[in-house]
Amino acid sequence: MKHMTEEELITYREGISAQRAEIARHLAACQECRAELERIEAVLAALDTMPVPNPGDDYGRHVWQQITPRLPERTARWWQAWFDPKRLGTLASVAALLVMAFLAGRITKRDHTGNDVASTDQIRERILVVAVGDHLGRSERMLIELSNAAPLDPAQKQVNISAEQSRAEDLLDENRMYRQTALQEGDTGLASVLDELERVLLDVAHSPEEVTPAQLEKIRQKIEAQGILFKVRVVGRELQERQKATTPAPAQKNSTESERNKA
Amino acid sequence: MIGMQPSVENAQTIAESDAVAVKRTLAGERDAFRVLVERHSHNVFRLAYRMTGNRPDAEEVVQEAFLRAYQKLGKFEARANFGTWVYRIAANYAIDRMRQRKKEEARKVEPAVHEEGMENDPVTLVQDAKPTPERLAHNIELRKQMEIALAALSHSERTAFVMRHWEGCAIEEIAEVLKSSSGAAKNTVFRAVQKLRLALQPFVGKGTPARAMGTES
Repeated sequence: MKHMTEEELITYREGISAQRAEIARHLAACQECRAELERIEAVLAALDTMPVPNPGDDYGRHVWQQITPRLPERTARWWQAWFDPKRLGTLASVAALLVMAFLAGRITKRDHTGNDVASTDQIRERILVVAVGDHLGRSERMLIELSNAAPLDPAQKQVNISAEQSRAEDLLDENRMYRQTALQEGDTGLASVLDELERVLLDVAHSPEEVTPAQLEKIRQKIEAQGILFKVRVVGRELQERQKATTPAPAQKNSTESERNKA
Repeated sequence: MIGMQPSVENAQTIAESDAVAVKRTLAGERDAFRVLVERHSHNVFRLAYRMTGNRPDAEEVVQEAFLRAYQKLGKFEARANFGTWVYRIAANYAIDRMRQRKKEEARKVEPAVHEEGMENDPVTLVQDAKPTPERLAHNIELRKQMEIALAALSHSERTAFVMRHWEGCAIEEIAEVLKSSSGAAKNTVFRAVQKLRLALQPFVGKGTPARAMGTES
């Protein structure tokens, strides 16, 4: 019987042989070639124990931090940027806000011609506070739902988070807009929380639609480690307070202008 | 690639999600690239470490691979797999790095220092609960010999072996990195295993010498 060559056995072992079936048939019948293959496998098995250091769970983030300053700016073609469906959605939200602010300003002007500039600013801030508060509330609900996500059937090995993922994608665009506005307004505290929230939303939005319980646990741990839920709640409450402070009390017959401002 | 596929469905989902991130990055959303970096850096690090044999070079390869991927993203074909693509970039850069390193240091091969997180170290993976001093010494010697044998491979052989044996890359991918034909890439994998076998056989198993192959009995 003609035995297999070393090349045939090695390429067979590495899965790159063109005569797999033929070699397999020979091995089934030839004790000597089987023993030879085992010797090759023993060397490869020893090599498989060669260690690779674990760069750490946070390695991806570390790499990103290292390369970020060296990444060149990438400018999109203008039509690509504006016609992105997600961006169109955000633009619609911005447009709605502007229309609301404009209408609110007009109504105020009609009612109070004396201090129209101040009240228009107040109303604009009120609308922004309401919008950001609502955004934070929705983000909080999404993160809570994600934290509580579990497979529909305990026998399932994957958890479907596509709903949360899709909501995170929507929230992401809004979040960017609010963060930029907060920065422009000089509200660095709010901008910082929105920045942290953006990172979490980005993680969720770019996760696979179906994750294993272990992957889900990792996402949960990230959310917990950053304390983002707590921060979102605190800022949400602060915004509620601001909203109360900027919302005029219900009109009373005897109330004076200063009393309304106080309220 | 074997080393990169938890399951077929999951791999498909990741590829789809990668495609979205690539599209967003190309649309000017730089942060979308972070997702790709965070998702693939562990795999790229593993490949880079196995190719370069040391951590500082491996880390440099990872960073450079993602930087190059970002710069060349416009050339990335939407239907391709980002993971495979960045792997190829990393392998190419690792070869350059190895060549450069060899030029820089015409020094004798020194075994890498034991690093933290080496869960699979053969020294610590001894089957016995209490390894005998002889076994421990044998494992240390084996590890040293494996490092020497790997370092003695040519850059092409090491690349072909790492990509095929450890990372499960297709021969076509290896051929592309080596800028050779598929047949030549197959032959390089064979030569690498043959050399490793020749160097390590005496330290592995019962030390039975390889028989004269292709003979008749």
